[in-house]
Amino acid sequence: MSATTSTPSLAARLGIDRAVAIAFGCIILLLLGGALYSREFLSPNYLLQQLQIAAFLGVIASGAMMVILLGHIDLSVPWVVTLGAMMATALPGWLPHPWGDLLAIPFGILCGALIGVANGLGVAFLRLPSMIFTLGMNAVVQGFMVLHTGGFAPLDHATDAMHYLAVARTIPGIPNALFVWALCGIVVVLILTRTAFGRAVYAIGNRESAAYLSGINTNAVLIGCFALCGAFAAFAGVLLAGYSTKAYQGMGDPYLLPAIAAVVLGGTNILGGRGNYAGTIAGVILITLLQSILSVMQMPEAGRQIIYGTVIVSMLLLYGRGAKARS
Amino acid sequence: MKDWRYWLSHNAGTLTALALFAVMFTIYIANHSVGLNPAVATTAANKAVLLALVAMAQTLPVLTRGLDLVVGSVGTGLLGCIVVLLAGSLAGFINGAVVVWGRLQPIITTLATGAIYYGIALFIRPAPGGDVQADIADLVTGQVFGTIPAALFLLLAVVLLIWVPYRRSVLGRAAYAVGSNEQAAYMSGVPVRNAKLLAYTLSGLIAAIGGLVLTFNTYSGEASSAIGGTYTLNSIASVVIGGTSLFGGWGSAIGSIFGAFVLRTIEDLLFVFDLPPLWQPLFQGVVLLTAVSLGAIRVFRIRNRLELFT
Repeated sequence: MSATTSTPSLAARLGIDRAVAIAFGCIILLLLGGALYSREFLSPNYLLQQLQIAAFLGVIASGAMMVILLGHIDLSVPWVVTLGAMMATALPGWLPHPWGDLLAIPFGILCGALIGVANGLGVAFLRLPSMIFTLGMNAVVQGFMVLHTGGFAPLDHATDAMHYLAVARTIPGIPNALFVWALCGIVVVLILTRTAFGRAVYAIGNRESAAYLSGINTNAVLIGCFALCGAFAAFAGVLLAGYSTKAYQGMGDPYLLPAIAAVVLGGTNILGGRGNYAGTIAGVILITLLQSILSVMQMPEAGRQIIYGTVIVSMLLLYGRGAKARS
Repeated sequence: MKDWRYWLSHNAGTLTALALFAVMFTIYIANHSVGLNPAVATTAANKAVLLALVAMAQTLPVLTRGLDLVVGSVGTGLLGCIVVLLAGSLAGFINGAVVVWGRLQPIITTLATGAIYYGIALFIRPAPGGDVQADIADLVTGQVFGTIPAALFLLLAVVLLIWVPYRRSVLGRAAYAVGSNEQAAYMSGVPVRNAKLLAYTLSGLIAAIGGLVLTFNTYSGEASSAIGGTYTLNSIASVVIGGTSLFGGWGSAIGSIFGAFVLRTIEDLLFVFDLPPLWQPLFQGVVLLTAVSLGAIRVFRIRNRLELFT
């Protein structure tokens, strides 16, 4: 599947394999199909707006991809998103004036990273299946947040900085959120392709015992990836708080399945070890467009869920299949 | 019994869960203001049986090393018992088919099909409501002979009619073989595909029975992702407490039943000891996380570090 020739072609160097090509092809098909319904779907204004919404999912998917490349999964995303938003919006109320606003965003991200480290510790040292442990962690974080807000929606509002990052348009026409996503994407790509840490991520995803025997501190890499995933999820929560001007309970719930689906639709192997960021970009845009077009067509929630699930299963049947049980 | 020692070690998980439940239920009854009477027992049983059914449903795919994230969304919202059971089995069968012939990962399959089933449930019943025939509902949630909760009989019936024959059948044993080592099972001529298909189908069927019990408890049907979500996590935790290995090939649905009883009793204990309501979600989360962390005991038994990575 991957390029094994000695001189990789241009497409292979950019990380465009079959899965990525199919995903981008589906994006174009979706846009064309949408255009048959209404011309508005091809207007630059609409597309930029979709990219702005895609940016939130993109930031979450960047972190989810790191974990999926390891062959693990992080199901604590929904409440870590909420945690990031709530902690960041609450901090200005706890600290004296200039500090609260300055530290709000780093504090939110730090909280997310801490939960990520806890996830990583459980997966690395207790050797529990990540799916189970992070699902439990999700329940614990939810408990903390219910306690924090007293069961009500908190009144803390997003700071100006969050608002600026999420909705403002410094360069006319192009939303800032898009630049934020681009920055996160560059960080992930640099980590994955230019550092020993990134190599170790792919190695562990392929076979952890082999990585361990070749001297990689696999536990440290696991914890690092989960911490990154938590940090990205919390950062997305901060952005979402800026977008909707406040933090609220359950704000992360609609992002779990789309984030995982975006990564997997982009050709990243759910068992780990294979995948690149170009695919994740394609997956994120594909999912966002799909959701948007279904809601513009005024599909009821039920129909949206059905189509959504069907599309994911059928695209995976195209290229996400595992090996046969034959040796 | 000649090989009682073997039997004991084989059922250690189930027996631990049973003992844990006995202790906790005693504490609960001792601290309850009314004490043990049929009404208290019935309320406890109704809630526990529901989770126990979902946990049993979860056990089957786990045995084959899969995981089912849909169990929650099947069943709620549909009415008409036979239709529900058929629909549940069909949903389970589709999951199995996608996993077997599509060769997709069970997690991602069930995440996606979960969205589909939730959509269908929402389609049928967008708002909570619907009528249940009150006599059937009362029959299931009431008491037999005035003392024993009827829900326990339902659970017993499910065990005797579904689990025991399954465990003794060729395909049931095949499920354990597939969970231990799929390659080896395939090489020894075990019907791998049919074992998986049957496990997922039965899982759907039992989850649908669980959905029916939920409907009888609340007297109406509702399509809610919140219901699905809680039951998914709780059922996995029950399976772990009941001694089933999440790595497949080891465990039993009986253990999961007691695992579910233990979890339910924890919630009842919170009620008896009068914990502030705001603390309850956190406390439940911590209990769940601790419960699933029990699976880490395996790590301390391993001598060769390389075995950690399998």
